[in-house]
Amino acid sequence: MVKFNIEGLNIWFGQIHSIKELRMEIYANEILSVIGPANSGKTTFLRMLNRLNELETNFSMKGKVEFDRQDIFTFDTEALRKKIGMVFALPLPLPLSIFDNVAYGARMHGVRQKKKLEDIVEKALQEAYLWDEVKDRLATSAFKLSGGQQQRLCIARTLAVEPEVILFDEPCSGLDPISTAKVEEAMRKLKQCYTLVLVTNNVKQAARVGDRTAFFLSGELVEIDKTEKIFTMPSETRTDEYIRGKFG
Amino acid sequence: MRNPQRTEKIAFFFLFLATLVIALPVGLVVIIIISKGLPAINWQFLSDIPRQGMRSGGIFPAIMGTVYLVTGAIIFALPIGLLAAVYLSEYAKDNMLTRVIKLAIVNLAGVPSVVYGLFGLALFVVFFKFGASILSGSLTLGIMILPIIITASREALESVPYSFREVSYSLGASKWQTIRHTVLPNAIPGILTGTILGLGRAAGETAPILFTVAAFYLPQLPKSIFDQAMALPYHLYVISTQVPNVNEKIRYGTALVLLVLVLCMNLVAILIRYQFRKRKKW
Repeated sequence: MVKFNIEGLNIWFGQIHSIKELRMEIYANEILSVIGPANSGKTTFLRMLNRLNELETNFSMKGKVEFDRQDIFTFDTEALRKKIGMVFALPLPLPLSIFDNVAYGARMHGVRQKKKLEDIVEKALQEAYLWDEVKDRLATSAFKLSGGQQQRLCIARTLAVEPEVILFDEPCSGLDPISTAKVEEAMRKLKQCYTLVLVTNNVKQAARVGDRTAFFLSGELVEIDKTEKIFTMPSETRTDEYIRGKFG
Repeated sequence: MRNPQRTEKIAFFFLFLATLVIALPVGLVVIIIISKGLPAINWQFLSDIPRQGMRSGGIFPAIMGTVYLVTGAIIFALPIGLLAAVYLSEYAKDNMLTRVIKLAIVNLAGVPSVVYGLFGLALFVVFFKFGASILSGSLTLGIMILPIIITASREALESVPYSFREVSYSLGASKWQTIRHTVLPNAIPGILTGTILGLGRAAGETAPILFTVAAFYLPQLPKSIFDQAMALPYHLYVISTQVPNVNEKIRYGTALVLLVLVLCMNLVAILIRYQFRKRKKW
């Protein structure tokens, strides 16, 4: 099933042409890894999907982005972002308690009963493999957690609004290998219920978790294919050179 | 020959001297006011009305007048200032008009207070026919401290990391929800700092209340917001320059009460701010 359908997408920030004639599909319940060097448009692509780009004043675009066969601009912005969650590059807990961080989205969408919030928080923390580590100190500040725990908290916070898609923007760039392994494990489990798009600077990470991998270069999609294919016999030499570390 | 250690010592000396030059006058002022004013302070001085042409008795009406005026000014200025700051920093588009408004607000903070006094006289006392009253005085003081509150609140709002807003948006919160639940709570310490500054200024100014509210001598408490009232800064001015043969300790006692009053108000705000700072850290 196709979750996202993108056709003829061009994005500009002022004079800078960030995404050029992008055409691709994202399937439901897959992990799509997006790799590419800095300034290749990966993050812009990701932020297009939940319409965060339009917060920038000099943003302009052309083309079509469909979510569940419906143009994303026909959605109410808040409703769309509720369905398409996002985990940012750095762990960004809000300056609230662990509980309030996870409950934030649900509260914004009108959940008031304490019992219901508690259930949502517990379920989300369990899905992010954080429950056992924090269940005794839900009222303490989220800043007391380690970096890896904070990032899993951010994943839990995203899960708590029950999205259909989760966008990961280099979620492990600030984490140590063990925390990274935990986040990756969480991602592989999440795939059963969610569609995941993972932007990463770490080519090995893309190989480890992605079902399919897309390679971006200077705003163009060079190649998109099954991860095994991209990493064993890519059709483009530029892809081959990038994943073998010749540039980037 | 360059000698880094000596340069360091010289730099340290001058930096320390500069700090001392600032601290010394402040300390002296406080010491002089306390030493000369403390003998005047007793229960009667704080709770009685002025007697014998303000040469004895207490300053209770002036204390209450200042409390009313400052409270009124904050009630008026804080909500309006805060809403304006939220609009300017979160909603307003960055165009010519917004820039002119921002510039005007910054410049308003530098307008001499006597000008505000005349403005209050013309607008509230005469045009709106509030007369010389607590209402007119509070509104005048409120307008005077508006730019301080707006400027400080705007800076506080803009210092909240942009990433917090993105996180909130990405969870499907609307713009207003984001401001209400993420931006404002984290801006409160800065907003309170602005309020503290405004408060101190409102309590201490004489010129804006001169034409709009202050009574020369009114040995009773005001009954409504349309009554005149005495106020500490104006009372201090009166007993220092307008009434002959006032005992020095009464003058310094009045100054001391004004100082302590402002400090107490600040202390409350500082305590609230401390509570918020302790909770919010990033």
